[in-house]
Amino acid sequence: MAAPLLEVRNLRVEFPTRRGILTALDDVSFSIEPGEILGVVGESGAGKSMTGAAIIGLLEPPGRIARGEILLNGRRIDALPYAELRRIRGREIGAIFQDPLTTLNPLYSVGQQLVETMTTHLPITPDEARRRAIGWLEQVGIPAAAQRIDAYPHEFSGGMRQRVVIALALCAEPKLIVADEPTTALDVSIQAQVIALLKTLARDKGTAMMLITHDMGVIAETADRVAVMYAGRIAEIGPVRQVVLHARHPYSQGLMGSIPPLDRRVERLAQIDGSMPRLTAIPPGCAYNPRCPKVFGRCLGDRPDLMDAGPTQAACWLYDNV
Amino acid sequence: MSDARFIEALDIARYFDVSRPLVQRLIAREGRRTLKAVDGVSFTIPKGTTLSLVGESGCGKSTIARMMVGLYRPTRGEVVFDGRDLAEARGQAAQRRRMQMIFQDPYASLNPRWRVRDIVAEPIRAFHIARGDEVMERVGEALTQVGLSPLDGQKFPHEFSGGQRQRISIARALSSSPEFLVCDEPTSALDVSVQAQILNLMKELQQRLGLTYLFISHNLAVVRQVSDRIGVMYLGRIVENAPSEVLFGAPRHPYTRALMEAIPDLEMTGRIRVPVGGEVPSPIDPPSGCPFHPRCPLANDRCRAVRPEMLAAGATLVACHAVEEGREAQR
Repeated sequence: MAAPLLEVRNLRVEFPTRRGILTALDDVSFSIEPGEILGVVGESGAGKSMTGAAIIGLLEPPGRIARGEILLNGRRIDALPYAELRRIRGREIGAIFQDPLTTLNPLYSVGQQLVETMTTHLPITPDEARRRAIGWLEQVGIPAAAQRIDAYPHEFSGGMRQRVVIALALCAEPKLIVADEPTTALDVSIQAQVIALLKTLARDKGTAMMLITHDMGVIAETADRVAVMYAGRIAEIGPVRQVVLHARHPYSQGLMGSIPPLDRRVERLAQIDGSMPRLTAIPPGCAYNPRCPKVFGRCLGDRPDLMDAGPTQAACWLYDNV
Repeated sequence: MSDARFIEALDIARYFDVSRPLVQRLIAREGRRTLKAVDGVSFTIPKGTTLSLVGESGCGKSTIARMMVGLYRPTRGEVVFDGRDLAEARGQAAQRRRMQMIFQDPYASLNPRWRVRDIVAEPIRAFHIARGDEVMERVGEALTQVGLSPLDGQKFPHEFSGGQRQRISIARALSSSPEFLVCDEPTSALDVSVQAQILNLMKELQQRLGLTYLFISHNLAVVRQVSDRIGVMYLGRIVENAPSEVLFGAPRHPYTRALMEAIPDLEMTGRIRVPVGGEVPSPIDPPSGCPFHPRCPLANDRCRAVRPEMLAAGATLVACHAVEEGREAQR
């Protein structure tokens, strides 16, 4: 087993508010190896995007890392000064966000943005950078890249714009890419193209990827391992096949069961009753206990940590001393 | 009027004028430009059943939804509601209350300054269905029907989660006891676990109240769970219209097949996906002939020149030259 490229240990993110401190993420630990794609799934508000933001160093103030550490190649990056962090962002960690319009600067051509990124992070001349920029645009499947390079973001369609964002994230050849809902704003036919692209590029370059999405189909097709998050913690983590098809944690089971199947019609979909608790009202014990069909005494008082549950790890007392 | 033709769309179309301002047009010497959002669509929805329209963004499905309740007037064609022309029916409150709409975004479609009971009571008051204490009684009933408590009426929308807000929109739609509901992407802003709750609720209400649904979605898996019949849309037209199980069992149109092919595989059977190449063309300047021909693996000269008509093939209606000529099997 290769040494992990990214290691997150006991990460805790807090938001101080007038009414006290809100804990948005608590005790989140995982690692990603080079060339590996880790999928992160969960309902909105579970902390998926927050985890990604903490890694890139883009937590919205007043959010702050209160405990734990983030290591990239064995080096701590969670407490770096701003200038250091800027060097890492882009060079070593690339980011792809959901909305390609807000990622791109509308006042610069896509060529200028690619060239700027490369000359900032790589020891190359602007001419060389421009040559490479055309190459990247070709690689992400933009037709007539040599002509399109001087076009502005608004001149591209949604799918093409997302490809530009991917090219931008890849062009400084980072070792890790944090992709937050990269395909959510796209239509299915375009989504399939983008996923295929991300997958081949990541594999060919050995880039590690953290893929945050609520679309389980995308995860099943792309990820090697999956982390399921609930109320700011990881509920289950394990190999993609195991988590998607044979989830151990009752929450992952509920989540997977509620996906409408494409290959048949069911009279009634499995549903999880209720909704995820707000950060201000996380119940004691296991945060899932009010909605859990398998709840028992211990769940109400003690909070479970991740424990071995066969091929996956689940934060659930059902798997204690198994 | 016969229940089999409860809702009918007869060759409806809706064009939008997207021309630049006059002065700019004169300077650039260009003419007016029209966006044909919907261009000749026909279907019927029998009473108590669900017709779904699926397609990618910009295919015109939301424009149809708005035409079916009279929020847009068709540029051409006619919507018939229970035997009456919709334009005429909209003029009469007694007819208007029989149709309601549920919108995609439960955050934008509820007034944040109104209490839930007033939101739900609005159609009751607008149509003078009840007065005095009876209004709140009906509000309580509507809230109970969607799985909320009558006490929730005192709260404001921000006190609810996305799924609960969508329940409130459904309660509001139901409070005037409508027969026809147009649901425009009612679950696409929701998480999967909550989506399942809402879909179950909608099916349950249909069975209990005999509702007729026009369901708009881009998600084929969701559509399969709720529909009796499905229309697949591409660039302002329906390209295939078939009973749900027929469509999924034997999709005919190359675009329908491509859409199904493109959906990520949850079962991980190792199926190799062939993404459709290219993108949806602009509806301002649609391709000649069949609008799908630039992306279609079966396109030939006829497809590039002549627009295919809807033809019956068993229980399916499909607009495709390749299907008509029997070329589809070669793929």
